[in-house]
Amino acid sequence: MAILEVNNLYLSFGGLQVLHDVSFSVNSGEIYAIIGPNGAGKTSILNCLGGFYHQQKGEIFFDGNNISHISPDRRAALGLARTFQNIALFRGMTVLDNIKLGAHAHLKTGLLGAALYWGPAHREEMALREELENEIIDFLEIEHIRKQPVGTLAYGLQKRVELARALAMQPKILLMDEPVAGMNAEETEDMVRFILDIQEERDLTIVIIEHDMRMIMDISDRIMVLNFGQKIAEGNPQEVQKHPEVLKAYLGEKREPR
Amino acid sequence: MEFFLLLLTSGIAVGGVYALIALGFVLIYKATSIINFATGEFMMIGAYIFYSCTVLAGWPAIPSFLIVMAGAGLLGLLVEKTILRHMLGQPTISIIMVTIGLSSILMGLAEMIWSSQFKSFPALFPRAPIIIGDLIIRSNLFWGFVVAMVTVAIFALIFKYAKVGVAMRATAGDQLAAFSMGINVRSMFTLAWIFGSIAASIGGLIVGNIGGVQPNLGGIGLKIFPVVILGGLDSIGGAVLGGFIVGIVENLAGGYLDPLVGGGVKNVAPFVVLVIILMVRPYGLFGRKEIERL
Repeated sequence: MAILEVNNLYLSFGGLQVLHDVSFSVNSGEIYAIIGPNGAGKTSILNCLGGFYHQQKGEIFFDGNNISHISPDRRAALGLARTFQNIALFRGMTVLDNIKLGAHAHLKTGLLGAALYWGPAHREEMALREELENEIIDFLEIEHIRKQPVGTLAYGLQKRVELARALAMQPKILLMDEPVAGMNAEETEDMVRFILDIQEERDLTIVIIEHDMRMIMDISDRIMVLNFGQKIAEGNPQEVQKHPEVLKAYLGEKREPR
Repeated sequence: MEFFLLLLTSGIAVGGVYALIALGFVLIYKATSIINFATGEFMMIGAYIFYSCTVLAGWPAIPSFLIVMAGAGLLGLLVEKTILRHMLGQPTISIIMVTIGLSSILMGLAEMIWSSQFKSFPALFPRAPIIIGDLIIRSNLFWGFVVAMVTVAIFALIFKYAKVGVAMRATAGDQLAAFSMGINVRSMFTLAWIFGSIAASIGGLIVGNIGGVQPNLGGIGLKIFPVVILGGLDSIGGAVLGGFIVGIVENLAGGYLDPLVGGGVKNVAPFVVLVIILMVRPYGLFGRKEIERL
């Protein structure tokens, strides 16, 4: 069953056509990868999904709702979480505070809501949330740094904290923009293990953008290939690897021998 | 020694009021990165609303105070929704010019409505000076300090513990991430202006209660720049400390140096300290330092 459906997405900035008639659907529980050369429009797709870019044409359906025109915060509240290519953590805060903020989506941020939010129901929810936070912290093995300000952490750990924060949102779908970019071999291995565990244990749908081909081919259920804003191929890793258009986009055309 | 303590206590009292006004400034800057040059005029409008309620309408102080808060909140809301919302993404200098323009408009409005004549509030507190040990403090100044500190404490608690406060801190930290966390960033901007305006207007009440109200009451806003820059533009704790430093420095300089040179040092001294501190710490005492990693 498709949890995310994107129909005929067009996006341009001025005269620059960024996405041209891109359609795809992501099935519940799968790892769906979007790959393509630099500038192919991968991050633009995530920004359209998250609500930061507004497509000129096309519609996005998430979990039965048409989310094409609603604001980023409301999409988050519906269960759409995201990690960023350039880490977007709250730098002055500790690891734990960052993770706590992940659960924020499920609390109403309205002015009145804040004033009326007290009593036993409040306490009960706090307890539940603390349990969730602890579980996530254990799961991602960041117990030892929970009190540290995120700004002081190594790059790989910051990426992990960002993932933890996204999980604390209890999303239905997780959009990951280059989760292992700039990581060393060991950090990459850890991250891959976490992504697979998340999908398995939490039954989470993951949409991932990544340049690390070996990783993508290892973990993805299905892959979409973009080039110059257009979808040129889609399928499981074996199919995509053999696809002539993909080879052309990545390796260039083979010249006829003279 | 007694003279020194006298100057010190009145410096602390004045500093507390500065801290509150600076808080109004920092709340807005922290969330929206807008430097609000109309902070002083927000104070002035708050003071005039209080004057209208107590003197013109003859209402008691407490309901009048609540009306001031509501009016100031409304002013902040209107300014954000009708003017600054549309300036998002414009160059900083344009936004600064807009707030400067806004300050002139508010001053002109006040003159049209309340005339440029000096007005004063009815006596709110017992006139007898407050005596602590050997020290004597003017009653209006003492109570102004108390009100300012209570207000600052309430805002600090909201920021630290209330959901709204946490969401505002997150918005100030990283807007993109805040959006992705399901925080309604736009309403946080509006809220920052409402809070900022309320803080400034309470500051205006205190200043008006001490020295009376006229359209250029907001001129004291100029003194707030050393306070906020000293503390670091985006730090609430810094604003409070900056307020005390400026209040104390001003009073000590006024007490000891003014008689020697024939006056004027009192107003300049905070700026001298400001320049010295900025030379040593360009981000202010507690400002956020952007660390570039290569």
